[in-house]
Amino acid sequence: MKTLGKSLKRPDAITKVTGKAKYVADYQVKNMLVGKILRSNIAHGHITKIDVSKAKALPGVVAIISADDVPDIKFQPTGLPIASYPEPGMHADKNILTNYVRFYGDEIAAVAAVDVLTARKALELIEVEYEELPVYLNPQDAMTEGTVEIHPDSKNVLGRNEFTIGETDLAEAFERCDLVREDEFMVNPVQHCQMENHIAYAYMDEKERVVIVTSTQIPHIVRRVTAHALGLTANQVRIIKPYIGGGFGSKTDVCIEAIVASLTLAAGGKPVLIDMEREECMIGTRLRHAIQFKIKTGVNREGRILAKEMISVSNTGAYASHGHDIASKGGGNFFRTYPAELVTHFEGTTAYTNLPPAGAMRAYGIPQVNFAVESHMDDVASALGMDPVVFRKINMIQEGFVDPLKRNMVIENIGLDQCLDKAKDYIGWDKKRKQYSKCQTGDRRRGVGIACFSYGTAVWPYDLEVAGARMKLDPDGTLQLTMGATEIGQGSDTVFCQMASEITGIAYEHVLIEHINDTDHSPFDTGAYASRQCYVSGQAVKKAGLEIRNQILERAEHLSGIKVKDLDIVAGQIVEVNSKRLVISLMDIALKSYCSMELFGVIKSEVQVDVRSTAYAFGASAAEVEVDIKTGRVEILNICNVHDSGTILNPMLAKGQVHGGMSMSLGLGLSEVMLFNDKGKPLNNNLLDYKLPTIMDTPDFGVEFVETYEPTGPFGNKALGEPPAISPAAAVRNAILQATGVRVNQTPMNPQSLFERFTLEGLI
Amino acid sequence: MSLRIHFSVNGTHKELLVESGETLLEMLRGRLGLTGVKRGCSVGECGACTVLVDGLNVDSCIYLAAWADGREIRTLEGLADGDDLNPVQQAFVDHGAVQCGFCTPGLVMTATAMAEKGIKLTRDEVRRELSGHLCRCTGYQNIMTAVEAVLED
Ligand code: FES
Ligand code: FES
Repeated sequence: MKTLGKSLKRPDAITKVTGKAKYVADYQVKNMLVGKILRSNIAHGHITKIDVSKAKALPGVVAIISADDVPDIKFQPTGLPIASYPEPGMHADKNILTNYVRFYGDEIAAVAAVDVLTARKALELIEVEYEELPVYLNPQDAMTEGTVEIHPDSKNVLGRNEFTIGETDLAEAFERCDLVREDEFMVNPVQHCQMENHIAYAYMDEKERVVIVTSTQIPHIVRRVTAHALGLTANQVRIIKPYIGGGFGSKTDVCIEAIVASLTLAAGGKPVLIDMEREECMIGTRLRHAIQFKIKTGVNREGRILAKEMISVSNTGAYASHGHDIASKGGGNFFRTYPAELVTHFEGTTAYTNLPPAGAMRAYGIPQVNFAVESHMDDVASALGMDPVVFRKINMIQEGFVDPLKRNMVIENIGLDQCLDKAKDYIGWDKKRKQYSKCQTGDRRRGVGIACFSYGTAVWPYDLEVAGARMKLDPDGTLQLTMGATEIGQGSDTVFCQMASEITGIAYEHVLIEHINDTDHSPFDTGAYASRQCYVSGQAVKKAGLEIRNQILERAEHLSGIKVKDLDIVAGQIVEVNSKRLVISLMDIALKSYCSMELFGVIKSEVQVDVRSTAYAFGASAAEVEVDIKTGRVEILNICNVHDSGTILNPMLAKGQVHGGMSMSLGLGLSEVMLFNDKGKPLNNNLLDYKLPTIMDTPDFGVEFVETYEPTGPFGNKALGEPPAISPAAAVRNAILQATGVRVNQTPMNPQSLFERFTLEGLI
Repeated sequence: MSLRIHFSVNGTHKELLVESGETLLEMLRGRLGLTGVKRGCSVGECGACTVLVDGLNVDSCIYLAAWADGREIRTLEGLADGDDLNPVQQAFVDHGAVQCGFCTPGLVMTATAMAEKGIKLTRDEVRRELSGHLCRCTGYQNIMTAVEAVLED
């Protein structure tokens, strides 16, 4: 590879360090009105009265809307599952504004006013009376017989699925085991905390279409969902996505777009901006699902897993968002990483409660299941008296694995074993594991821990995977690339440019990518989620690039008489393959394609691909910790992630993804949790009380890759964006176990919870 | 109440009428169009809005515009000399310290203040100096690498 595989610099880095990159808030539209959302201050109940008259009378208020002013249409705010397209979605349970409040912070009215102060004042003047209903914060309470249904006819169950894979009867299989162990785990809710809050502005254009400029990961899906919610056709809505300040899944839902569009409609098409406050964003968008797990594993004396079972209960909060998909994906993951010899059983339930809605967050439920499974693996290993690495190696997925949950696809190119070896060596496993296993008695105790993961790329076969790319050779010989895929900070635009350069032979610096997505102009693509972009959208780049290259070479053949197969494009020149002799410059061909009598015909291509494959990424984390018994503080002395993501397309960017993911996993494992009182009122929805990892909490991260070649990926690549956020938390948990002998089965493992546990266990 | 203030921003002298409750962040973004200054929280928690006031890094969201009277303000927009990035900006580009870029303006300002002081710092001290900034994308690692590279030069 010429361009791919190199640590080329991001084309957007310069615009970002100079302040030229424009995010939604940076478009300073004249006479923009300020939109604010009135959120409920109870978690469950009916609105019996809402009076906006005083607010309406306030000078400077331009529009006020409540549930009665918006279409009575239920919609599902996500793109997934999209298989039901053009139906509104499997779980259309949301109105733009509601009369029935389901969580503290539910959207009940919205105001557009001339400035922030007036908008805020107007919210205060809206009079709301509620008839309160009982508040359910956990699935068990919500699913108890006779409770109030948060959504009609749901019994507060959003979804349920189960599967048994294997011929043997489960009970019988457990009986055949030499050892059976059962554990319970709880992963508590966290929030994305991308640095740019959700923000969008909307106006009506001269054709009376609603234009929404928004910070989203999924512009085309936002268009479809918003149009549906507003009772419009897709064509009446246009979505523009400029630079965005992170998403991590929280921007794969329509959170504010339909509200801001309703406000501009109510304000006669005037531009209205909703720029969320941090406090609002942390409860008014999405959370990561809190999930409880019960896992039972049976092994034989040699350590081979014969039977296993997982029962998980996921808390989706007030609305479905991504539905039951997140919990059910966990089931597949449980089945796959360490397949049982005889039988695997999974039961997953997702319940409605009165917490803020949970949705997609980096790695889509797998960090939760990984914390449980990888912790449990260590517990089984210790019950067997076996080294956790050895136990994993005996049981890990092997090449040639046939996956009945994925249409019997055969999983090949598994670098998991090498990842585990590298992680083990990095941390000095053999020596340290032995050293720390000696009985430790002091206040500061050390341990090493390990965890593995597997992760599927993109969402096939559950949904269609489509992407589009457009290329055009400009008169100066530079290539213009327009993608439907969305850059959200992860660096996909950079890698798309590298891919385009690799395929066409046009220099990387001469490939210019359009950073803005616009549903009027960008090719169709479902957007940034499921670590799909380099894998799925990359195939569109490859296809478009091949077409362009061919067109260029055909012109060169026409001019020179040298056959296409004997020509190549190298650094902006068309050369003869054998002699390396210059045939014609790319610039010449490009210019001629715009103005030559003989050669006119702009060189361009536009392609759509639909990708009907998936590939599994693998990896391992290893951590060394020191636990301060007296304070419950965990210090990470050393930590690494080793990834098999197929070919690494840009090492510097890839490492950056791994760093960010590891930090996110440590946040989930050690410090982050959204807290609520017993009435469902959020207690720490700000960046001071919510413990997002700071630079002081963050250790240096070791990152290594095991490069396999994935034949279904456009360049041998598979998922990388989300996987780093999966396994560090469990590795740390297992290191704490070695250091202290205490099994911490709940996140976050923060000083308070550890202090309480250590006290309980008599360590303090 | 409105107040008339005189200050310089990125080397240019300005005179403005500001509201007594207006923050420096609102003034820079709203009145002067310096949108490189970002807003992540409005209450001094994230550091995205950091600018330099007389060489000192401050959260402009909790600093009143009126306090800028007589002072010298610097923002991200004033760091590069034409196409030449300042050393911190260049290091952020070179070391992959930029992902979504939303925390970047604040961090570049603080790091610029550190670099201009010219004091050698240990790795722990660098962390401490940067600790007022939150970044969700990078795990801070490449940011540390970039800042250390500048401080070593
Ligand atoms: S916006 Fe000023 S510190 Fe967050
Ligand atoms: S680069 Fe995105 S928050 Fe720091």
